[in-house]
Amino acid sequence: MLEIENVSRTFPARRGLFGSTGGVRALNQVNLSVSKGESLGLVGESGSGKTTLTRQILRLDTPTSGRILFEGQDMAKLGPAALRALRARVQIVFQDPYASLNPRMSVHDIVTEPMLIHRGKLGLDRRQRTDRAAELLELVGLGPQHLYRHPHEFSGGQRQRICIARALAPGPSLLLLDEPTSALDVSVQAQVLNLLIDLQERLGLTYFFISHDLGVIRYICDRVAIIFQGEIKEEGRTQQIFDAPKSEYARSLLAAMPEVRVPD
Amino acid sequence: MIERHLSNKRSARAEALRRAFYRFRQSRLSLIGAAMVATVVFFTLFGAVLAPFPEHVDGGVDTSNRFSAPSLAHPFGTNELGQDVLSLVMAGTPVSVSAGFAVVFIGSVLGVIVGALAGFNGGWIDDVLMRFSDLMLTLPSLILAMAVAAALGPGFGNMIIAIALAWWPGYARLVRGEVLQAREEVYVAAARAIGASPFRVLFRHILPNIVSPVIVKMSLDMGFAILTVAALGFIGIGVRPPTPEWGTQLSIARSYMPDFWWTAVFPGLAMFMAVFGFNLLGDGLRDVLDPRARR
Repeated sequence: MLEIENVSRTFPARRGLFGSTGGVRALNQVNLSVSKGESLGLVGESGSGKTTLTRQILRLDTPTSGRILFEGQDMAKLGPAALRALRARVQIVFQDPYASLNPRMSVHDIVTEPMLIHRGKLGLDRRQRTDRAAELLELVGLGPQHLYRHPHEFSGGQRQRICIARALAPGPSLLLLDEPTSALDVSVQAQVLNLLIDLQERLGLTYFFISHDLGVIRYICDRVAIIFQGEIKEEGRTQQIFDAPKSEYARSLLAAMPEVRVPD
Repeated sequence: MIERHLSNKRSARAEALRRAFYRFRQSRLSLIGAAMVATVVFFTLFGAVLAPFPEHVDGGVDTSNRFSAPSLAHPFGTNELGQDVLSLVMAGTPVSVSAGFAVVFIGSVLGVIVGALAGFNGGWIDDVLMRFSDLMLTLPSLILAMAVAAALGPGFGNMIIAIALAWWPGYARLVRGEVLQAREEVYVAAARAIGASPFRVLFRHILPNIVSPVIVKMSLDMGFAILTVAALGFIGIGVRPPTPEWGTQLSIARSYMPDFWWTAVFPGLAMFMAVFGFNLLGDGLRDVLDPRARR
């Protein structure tokens, strides 16, 4: 479904008053593929290039070299209309639910906006959009009574549910989850993760799940890729990587994972 | 189901308004400011009608009654033509306030357009627009307004255009800075990821979130715009007599100071009221609208 082929992204050097900074190689020859219906986890520490990679996939940024194929189409070669159509198919849930909702818009406007933008494809009139928004809110565990509230009236977990509802609104098949639970309380994290698992089963979604939390990855993902300084260090089935990591970096990462010991 | 949504919608709006009003009420100064502005607006609408000597407002004179000191018949006294100063001050409100409002409105619309284009597009468009507004900022606004008014000729409309031309760069700078900041917000990235057009991103996601500082600046600027209008009247290139205007009245009255102080003090006090009121109101609005006080 999604193929990332030899993608590199270099941020050029900046020459300033106080000398120049060297260029940053955020992604280096990244190869990954996600097939339909699975969950691929991408693990890496801060600054390893995880978020840069999502920006390339969403085409908010352009790779320096390499290409990204979605269902066999090279994203760099799409015209504006085709790109817009593709954006209905690939959606994202961001890390920080406090920053990713427009504070001036009601939940109704936030959730119906993707349907409005893609109305050509979805064919919903105003009334149907409102009904669909209410349905989506119920799907993510909120309700129609929340439609005309504003984001600041919600807790972090509720906001993340609104973000998920917005991401689902255009009917995507691939969902990028950029650390969707790392800004939430531990108790709320589990609820949101279970919601995501439930949604995947019900809607047949494909997940590209980014996290630095190995426990979360193990819980949700079928396959895992480990990224370090812009390079994929190891890739394989979740079980295999957690039980028998091959690379040095994967071993040190797993060793650093805090373990919860149940006293017996 | 839809009906229930709509009632939710209404109650949510009402709730937000109630909260904003409550926060506004917490500050006594902004209430005083609002009351002063309300008085000024009242006289803007009804000042000419309520004036006790409407014939003086239209230019009538009463030379037998020149420079009479404040009394019951003429609470603010009379001027060098025997006209009732109270009537002139009341009737002068609409000119000052509507000119001030027009200046702020035109200036902010121009400034928002320029600032939003510059901040949103970046690159050479930003450079060109901002260097141009910097250039405008280097010219003292009153001198520029004088030059423009002198070139176009005196008159109400020309005066407004002259001041507004000197006024927009402040808004352009403010808006550009705010747009640059808002452009990097995650919800803007989210909107782009949804497939929103640049037009939609700007008008639906960026501009609504920078409205507050613009409104605050507008209400603070109202006072200064009224002052500038009066200053142009004072120099003699604003509104022409007999149309009553505070600046013109002050300008004529200054030659009779200090003996006939009432001819100058009362138009001056009216100006003070209006400027001070709009400034207090602006401060109060800033407290209500500042997103940092929210959440």
